[in-house]
Amino acid sequence: MGKLPAAVVGVGQTHHRAKREDVSMAGLCREAMDRALEDAGMTLDEIDAIVVGKAPDLFEGVMMPELYLAEALGAAGKPLLRVHTAGSVGGSTAIVASSLVQAGVHDKVLTVAFEKQSESNAMWALSVPVPFIMPVHAGAGGYFAPHVRSYIRRSGAPTHVGAIVAAKDRTNALKNPYAHLREQKTVDQVMGSQMLWDPIRYDETCPSSDGACALVIASEKAAAASPNPAWIHGTVMRSEPTTAAERDQVNPQAGREAAAALWKQAGITNPLEEIDAAEIYVPFSWFEPMWIENLGFTAEGDGWKLTESGETAIDGKLPINMSGGVLSSNPIGASGMLRFGEAALQVRGAAGEHQVDGVRRALGHAYGGGSQFFSMWVVGSEKPTN
Amino acid sequence: MTRTLQAPVTVAFDYTRSVGPVLGRFFTGLRDRRLVGARLSDGRVVVPPPEFDPTTHAAVAEFVDLPDTGTVTSWTWVSEPVAGQPFDRPFAFALVTPDGADAPILHAVDVASADEMSTGMRVKVRWAEETQGHLTDIACWEPTSDAATGAAPETSVASDDPVTGIITPTSVDYTYAASPEESAFFRGLSEGRILGQRCPACGKVYVPPRSACPVDGVPTTEEVELPDIGTVTTFCIVNVPFLGQKITPPYVSAYILLDGADIALQHLILDIPADEVRMGLRVKAHWKPRDEWGTSIENISHFAPADEPDADYDTYKHHL
Repeated sequence: MGKLPAAVVGVGQTHHRAKREDVSMAGLCREAMDRALEDAGMTLDEIDAIVVGKAPDLFEGVMMPELYLAEALGAAGKPLLRVHTAGSVGGSTAIVASSLVQAGVHDKVLTVAFEKQSESNAMWALSVPVPFIMPVHAGAGGYFAPHVRSYIRRSGAPTHVGAIVAAKDRTNALKNPYAHLREQKTVDQVMGSQMLWDPIRYDETCPSSDGACALVIASEKAAAASPNPAWIHGTVMRSEPTTAAERDQVNPQAGREAAAALWKQAGITNPLEEIDAAEIYVPFSWFEPMWIENLGFTAEGDGWKLTESGETAIDGKLPINMSGGVLSSNPIGASGMLRFGEAALQVRGAAGEHQVDGVRRALGHAYGGGSQFFSMWVVGSEKPTN
Repeated sequence: MTRTLQAPVTVAFDYTRSVGPVLGRFFTGLRDRRLVGARLSDGRVVVPPPEFDPTTHAAVAEFVDLPDTGTVTSWTWVSEPVAGQPFDRPFAFALVTPDGADAPILHAVDVASADEMSTGMRVKVRWAEETQGHLTDIACWEPTSDAATGAAPETSVASDDPVTGIITPTSVDYTYAASPEESAFFRGLSEGRILGQRCPACGKVYVPPRSACPVDGVPTTEEVELPDIGTVTTFCIVNVPFLGQKITPPYVSAYILLDGADIALQHLILDIPADEVRMGLRVKAHWKPRDEWGTSIENISHFAPADEPDADYDTYKHHL
């Protein structure tokens, strides 16, 4: 199963905000797309196919928005695909787009993912009551908070580790002009913020954002014109049932297996040593140590030690979420692609103020549903040899 | 008795739609009783204006005002209108090309019968009594004797007070149907019984039961009655109020592993201060008075401490 080489040659994103009332959904997507195309030195006319992703349609109340967006996205006369895998969709959309290049179907694929959360209310959209069952659901935070509690119990982590993550990511966001929340935070401030879904505090929670991200993915031939392509070294998606008897909600099997497959594909045997920077989907602070373990950067139960020691800070051994991450900007459908795009920016040396020195290989990661869908990729500054 | 339990569900929201600068010109025009279109790079005049030029992909920027008269280019008769349509009496949906435009716009034509409709007929906008910057500012088109003027579209002047958003109320009515297995579970609750099912392959007991074991994919058919007592595996305290919420915060939403079950149920914990709820807490169902029972898990109003020692972590840690 030989894949052809493919690279990210353009990355674009919007300025993420609580409400982007100045643009329509199409305008939001085009803002990201036009920046990605400019970065790639291409025009829409050169693009062979468009792949669009977003999270549930209930967020904007437009069923199958790709139908109405087709013309504005420049897809007339071209293949247009829409991808949906809940919160991981930005990642899986990028992977679908890259597979079209890796399979030799197209040379230049543009992919865009978006969410315009201000058009409705995500808590409402994720908690629509279902007849006969107990109406105890309380959005994504309500879903994940019990599993965070399980992690804390299982790992024995000190209770301030989540606050370390939140303070780090929010402070990192100060270096990212596109981030929604740009505010200096200390661990004490985070610890002092209101408990929303105990054990998750207000400052440990992602915002609700409007935003989009776009990538241009090119074949080896098309990437030859790029001064700094981010070569795709591995892509993996995995899913599992949301609920099953004895399903591990803290360290889900699909994530563990996806990561193992990803490292193998990318020729990585020791991810902590070989990955120079990681953008990981952390919508609630505690998911940093949880995913550190799930991804195999540390042994199970040790993820929080990496966080607590400061090694996931921007100057640490494994910088995580240099951009400020999902905790600082969360246009849900785009959030996964932002992780993938930020990983690409790092290996291209194009991440601006939040650039980590000398990144050769970076991870982009997303998850969605009830930790049900996983998508991840490794990009590198060098063409893969495998 | 039908095989499955059913109940109505309405999903409704008033979406706040930001329209962007191009469609904003169109909606602003409607508010001011003008039809605003755009001249595209290929010379065509189109209303409503597309946000991006289909040829150059650039944002559309040349706006024109069009007269509120036009010609029907195609139509269909709506003999039985449904809720949400422009009229509650029979009417036509028509493609109308406004004078000076090169493409039609879809809207209603108000005539008494299909006999009054014809392709090529002349129509004029009937504006709503009050306009607000919404497509419904055009109440409909109506027949007119005005001949086409042949006048060229005029350059449109931007408003100092443009429309930037519209509110789109959306409501969808569903009939929710529980699966046959869930229906058996909910009917059991109406008799005060908690019914699960065992997977014949892995032996795990699912409550509520599914049509199939999610791991083995085989039907779960063996019914297992479970006690109304169990262990809190994990939980969260919901302090945050939100739209559509049914329970007043703060409340404890917990995963409760009933004795003999292999998967936890989500339910409410009461009769104990929220900050004293803990993993491993033994809890028992608190049933509502029998005359309030229906086919719902809400027959159990909540779970309350069972006055037993906490369960050992090892007994439930594989359920986290």
